[in-house]
Amino acid sequence: MSLDAKIPDGPLAEKWSRHQAGLRLISPANKAKIDVLVVGAGLAGASAAASLAELGYNVTCLCFQDSARRAHSVAAQGGINAAKGYQNDGDNVWRLFVDTLRGGDYRSREANVYRLAELSLRVIDQAVAQGVPFAREYGGLLANRSFGGVQVERTFYARGQTGQQLLMGAYGALLRQVERGKVRMLPRREMLDLVLVDGRARGVIARDLQTGRLERHAGHAVVLATGGYGTIYYLSTLAMGCNASAVWKAHVRGALFANPSFTQIHPTCIPATLETQSKLTLMSESLRNDGRIWAPRKSRDERRPEDIPDDERDYYLERKYPSYGNLAPRDIASRAAKEICDAGHGVGPTGRGVYLDFADAIARQGQTVIRERYGNLFDLYEKITGTNPYETPMRIYPAAHFTMGGLWVDYDLMTTVPGLFAIGECNFADHGANRLGANSLLQACVDGYFILPHTITDYLADDIRTGPVPAEQPPFETAEREVRERIDRLLAIRGTTSPRRFHRDLGITLWNHCGMMRNHADLERALADVRALRERFWRDVHVTGSADGMNPELEKAGRLADFLELGELIVRDAIARNESCGAHFREEHQTDDGEARRDDTEFMHVAAWGHAGPDAAPQLHKEPLVFESTTPTVRSYK
Amino acid sequence: MRFHLKIWRQAGPDVAGRMVDYDVENVPGEASFLEMLDVLNETLVARDEPAIAFDHDCREGICGTCGVMINGRAHGSLRGVTTCQLHMRSFADGDTIWIEPWRADAFPVVCDLVVDRSALDRIVQAGGYTSVHTGTAPEANSIPVPRHAAERAFDAAACIGCGACVATCKNASAMLFVAAKVSHLALLPQGRVEARDRVRTMIARMEQEGFGGCSNTAACSAECPRDISMEHIARLNWESIKARITSGS
Ligand SMILES: Cc1cc2nc3c(=O)[nH]c(=O)nc-3n(C[C@H](O)[C@H](O)[C@H](O)COP(=O)(O)OP(=O)(O)OC[C@H]3O[C@@H](n4cnc5c(N)ncnc54)[C@H](O)[C@@H]3O)c2cc1C
Ligand code: FES
Repeated sequence: MSLDAKIPDGPLAEKWSRHQAGLRLISPANKAKIDVLVVGAGLAGASAAASLAELGYNVTCLCFQDSARRAHSVAAQGGINAAKGYQNDGDNVWRLFVDTLRGGDYRSREANVYRLAELSLRVIDQAVAQGVPFAREYGGLLANRSFGGVQVERTFYARGQTGQQLLMGAYGALLRQVERGKVRMLPRREMLDLVLVDGRARGVIARDLQTGRLERHAGHAVVLATGGYGTIYYLSTLAMGCNASAVWKAHVRGALFANPSFTQIHPTCIPATLETQSKLTLMSESLRNDGRIWAPRKSRDERRPEDIPDDERDYYLERKYPSYGNLAPRDIASRAAKEICDAGHGVGPTGRGVYLDFADAIARQGQTVIRERYGNLFDLYEKITGTNPYETPMRIYPAAHFTMGGLWVDYDLMTTVPGLFAIGECNFADHGANRLGANSLLQACVDGYFILPHTITDYLADDIRTGPVPAEQPPFETAEREVRERIDRLLAIRGTTSPRRFHRDLGITLWNHCGMMRNHADLERALADVRALRERFWRDVHVTGSADGMNPELEKAGRLADFLELGELIVRDAIARNESCGAHFREEHQTDDGEARRDDTEFMHVAAWGHAGPDAAPQLHKEPLVFESTTPTVRSYK
Repeated sequence: MRFHLKIWRQAGPDVAGRMVDYDVENVPGEASFLEMLDVLNETLVARDEPAIAFDHDCREGICGTCGVMINGRAHGSLRGVTTCQLHMRSFADGDTIWIEPWRADAFPVVCDLVVDRSALDRIVQAGGYTSVHTGTAPEANSIPVPRHAAERAFDAAACIGCGACVATCKNASAMLFVAAKVSHLALLPQGRVEARDRVRTMIARMEQEGFGGCSNTAACSAECPRDISMEHIARLNWESIKARITSGS
């Protein structure tokens, strides 16, 4: 298969406007004859569904939570980037573009990244008009702060709840269209398969999680906005329900999966301490604006952090990366924390932790200022750990957080399956091998509000005479039967091990061998382990309850079955990418001072994998990355 | 730690439910309340009994999915936390804990501890937004917003829609929920434009959905995990009076 990303010609800064001008339109009367399915109601899905309905399409939107307002976008804390240049610090679209491209270690497309930066301006306008209560200066204008991997202040924020506030904006827009009858919102629905008719995406099979009934939903195009799959690591900063099932089913039905092993491990999370622990909580990157990260110089130092004098502390990020200091990008900050702990300087009961210390900031600026900036994050920390971060430094450790990988899409955000689009975190498009903080909310909004509504219209222009797509036709019947058979199979195994146990084992394997540091031998072992686990799962899983009605155990088992297949692909991708880049750090490829060493001759490409069957080796397709406007350099934050 | 639990079990919306006794052991004090339920569910699965259904997702107090009555209190007796943020260290070893779903006519039980809160979505649907089409917004800094107004709007907008206020209210009123949205948008110039219609349509929808009226006992605000203040109900009342006066009815 030859992969055509359909990057428009012309100068970088004009690509999108020229392309958009050439996209076909559909008259309002004809739009009313077209049905679009949107799976997911997070920032990407809700913004797309609302915008499409405003244009006149009939939209059906599904999400697995009991309300669209609960999508995991709600948990984003720190902020959203936009190149507004309000702070007079020299920021502009070009700089956001370069920071993002470089932050991703030159493993993303110039044209996509530029468009992201360009459209960032409009996202803030949109959000403010929706009533998002962003932080403001005393003069009433919008405030900004800084995030990792950049030297300007371009992050807009609403205390530590930026995601929640942006989501409320998009959710309001969505519900406004529900009220108008233009969106049919279906919560507590899980997409379990994609339906293709004559090679085009025409529908999905979903399970009503409340009644257990299987449903067929048909439309002229399908948009996936199902978020990230970081929960594959079991412990992560994601919500418990986040899953890969929708994208995995799309992959099995023919959509290529790009860079699956590009997973972001976030440096500042509350460390895991218990075996019963079910998730990890992020402490926003914004804290690194004022907090200083350190570990004791003496290994296994058991003194209280307050009792360790300054000259016995190693502020290792400031030491190693003087120009970015505590705001070094995530991949780098995470690896540095792991190395320090591996060398025996970690703190806390497990030795897997470092300090994030606000004592200097509080002494300099006063507690009131710090409370105003981060009060709710400090409260969150205290609620979980029972210690007061105004007095004792926070203890933090890296955790699985974000997936740069996802369904391969072209410049129009369409996957390799005609009529199947992927937006937000579930596609692979903009972040390369490492995502910069506050760029993901941006991507979800840009995709949903400003790109997809235009590009999907161009695709749908061929469908104005198609008429309604019937759900009573063989492809839907087959897909529904297959979904039912799989559910029955899961329930019939009646083995000895709960889905949760299997998930934990999978997570531990991936975390240990395909996490912050990877090497060939470990990855080969992980491949064998994941396969063995999958084989054991289908022999020994125990799913209680039945398929009728609500059954959380069945949901978990179904998601895990897909994770076990995706896990294998992640490891294969990590093996195939025999270089280090961004978050993908292969120990074999590092510079003398331990930084990632890219191989631009062999690996300047997107790795897009095709499914060949559950037990066959997947096929690798390469989309070369071409840099016309920038020259990939060695990433240095020193 | 070990606990004796009395938990509401109900197989589906149309069948009768009852309290069932369970013992759970080896729970670390650092475990969260929901992790304690996970531990219990693992033992049920091992005994081939259906696991207890409860709603949850983010497990960090922001999505508003979780929420049960714990010893008769919404999200338990600790102030300012959701059920997922409650840790077992706040209970005593050997405690008996009663766990029940939210109770309100507008929140029918779906299964065990899970209720249907879609009525809250339908209230927002009636007008809890600004009517702006994508792409029509003016430049963000063209309308300055006083900092204190933005901060107070944020305080109201912090509502997570969990429904604890409804579950706590003796009238099962959703007034605090409605007030948070009305107040958030009324405080901002962008939301002011439709303030009059919003307060009317949202209250009307609330009544239509079977929630009760507000008798100002402030129990809702006391139990709110986000500390949404009664000030917002006052502002809602004020907006409501203004709406009546200016619409001439
Ligand atoms: C703790 C945390 C903090 C973060 N902080 C920031 C930040 O400060 N700034 C930033 O830019 N980014 C941040 N991020 C990343 C960012 O929040 C996400 O990448 C982004 O919100 C994803 O949006 P989305 O719409 O693509 O997916 P989501 O918001 O996850 O929405 C996914 C939707 O898909 C639905 N869904 C999923 N699977 C199915 C299925 N099988 N069937 C039906 N529906 C399904 C869900 O119900 C949901 O509605 C953070 C992430 C985390 C985890
Ligand atoms: S699970 Fe999200 S608030 Fe408790």
